[in-house]
Amino acid sequence: MHSRFHTLTLVGLLLGLFSLQTFAQDKTSESKALHARADASMCANCHGTEGRAVKDSAVPSIAGLPRDYMVQQMQAFKDGSRPATIMHQITKGLTEAQIASMADYFAALPR
Amino acid sequence: MKRRQLLQAGLALGTAPALWAANLPAKAQVVVIGGGYGGATAAKYVRMLSHYKINVVLIEPNTSFISCPMSNLVIGGSKNLTELSTSYDALSSKHGVTVVKDKVTAIDTQKKSVALQNGASIAYDKLVLSPGVDMMFDSIEGLQAANASGQILQAWKAGAETLALRKQLEAMPDGGVYALTVPEAPYRCPPGPYERASQVAHYFKQAKPKSKVLILDANPDITSKAGLFKKFWSDNYKDIIEYRPNHKVTSVDAGRMSIHFDVQEPVKAHVLNVLPSMRAGAIALQTGLATANNRWCGIHYKTFESIAAKDIHILGDAILAAPAMPKSAHMANSHAKVAASAIVAQLSGLDINESPFLTNTCYSYVSDKLVVHVASVHQYNAEEKTYKTVPGSGGLSSEANALEGTYAWNWAQNIWADSLL
Repeated sequence: MHSRFHTLTLVGLLLGLFSLQTFAQDKTSESKALHARADASMCANCHGTEGRAVKDSAVPSIAGLPRDYMVQQMQAFKDGSRPATIMHQITKGLTEAQIASMADYFAALPR
Repeated sequence: MKRRQLLQAGLALGTAPALWAANLPAKAQVVVIGGGYGGATAAKYVRMLSHYKINVVLIEPNTSFISCPMSNLVIGGSKNLTELSTSYDALSSKHGVTVVKDKVTAIDTQKKSVALQNGASIAYDKLVLSPGVDMMFDSIEGLQAANASGQILQAWKAGAETLALRKQLEAMPDGGVYALTVPEAPYRCPPGPYERASQVAHYFKQAKPKSKVLILDANPDITSKAGLFKKFWSDNYKDIIEYRPNHKVTSVDAGRMSIHFDVQEPVKAHVLNVLPSMRAGAIALQTGLATANNRWCGIHYKTFESIAAKDIHILGDAILAAPAMPKSAHMANSHAKVAASAIVAQLSGLDINESPFLTNTCYSYVSDKLVVHVASVHQYNAEEKTYKTVPGSGGLSSEANALEGTYAWNWAQNIWADSLL
């Protein structure tokens, strides 16, 4: 009886620890997703909410574009190889990590 | 049962039940005061970023949103106010925001509730305050009465005064003078006065070529895009626009149509457009939130929470701006997203973003089609607890151009949709 009790307690404790750890991981990944989405929303003022611009907009939609294409284009704006009116000035204010995070976010959205 | 009784009572009186009574819950997790670029965006993004789990009530006295950006084009004659207006309907129908057409009369920071003009009150877990600016009419002798009578307009909040100013310019004889005064910085929309002068000059050039635009600036120089404006004016409006710095208005005389200054000689004109100094909207002052000189609201920049009251997040033109941060529509929309993210994190038990950043773009029309811009990126600096522009980023147009005219109009439509649709 005694040893069975101990085993159950041990199993219970392990399960508890496991779920606590899962909870912490969930919280961290949910927080990261929130921050990535809020960061990406800095593009929405010009490119539309969730990267979908209004109909016939000269400023293009960016939702659903391939991730690597977006990273390349933003780097091209940044180093001046792609001419722009504004994007060269904006991309120079962004880190590589911020650019990657935005590209990941918009690439995952449907067009 | 209660709502039904209320409806029946309304019907019995032969009137439709007031929208606020039928819609207003006793409490909302987030209450937003003000449906401008800051408040509307915050309402929408708290809903979106919380996956529509957090309920939001938006309180706004106006029936629809009218954009200040682009409203100088109405004064210039190439756009009308309808093109600049957006309904609040989509915030409720598409995003589930409870939109209440009312005005907040008081905020109880202890009980965490707001009182409405209609008599109702609503409690909040988090309050977003986006009150915009108030004109300090009392800072210039004679201006309050001259503005109330419609003789001297500001037209700095788009709406009835925008149309009235356009009418004054249309009625002015060819050979007349339009005088525009600019207050000391900071004020709403730094390049706005110079864009307005350009728009009026553009109109005069076509319709009344003998007329003048006189800019009387309290500042020592043009406060934004100075080189671009000066170049365009000298190339295109040389005989129309005259710029005079260091002109600080002390009084106006609507009877004689004259403006008086602290040092310089008085000026007479046919149309007077006087912009007084500005401060955060009255509700912020009344609640003790305008901690900087009783004019602007001090905030913790990481979350936009007031330094004077917990759980009140303040956005837009009303805040004490971080260095090089303009009081612009684009900036208010960006503020709203950082604040919405912090509010959603706090109400959901998630981590707050320790490293938020903001972008800004301001377009100015120098004619009906040609545009110049200024852009910037503002990164939160944890050590200094403020935003700093990223070295090497941001900048201006090289010259006025038509391509950016197209982008500017598309920017407007996209930011209106991003804030309200």
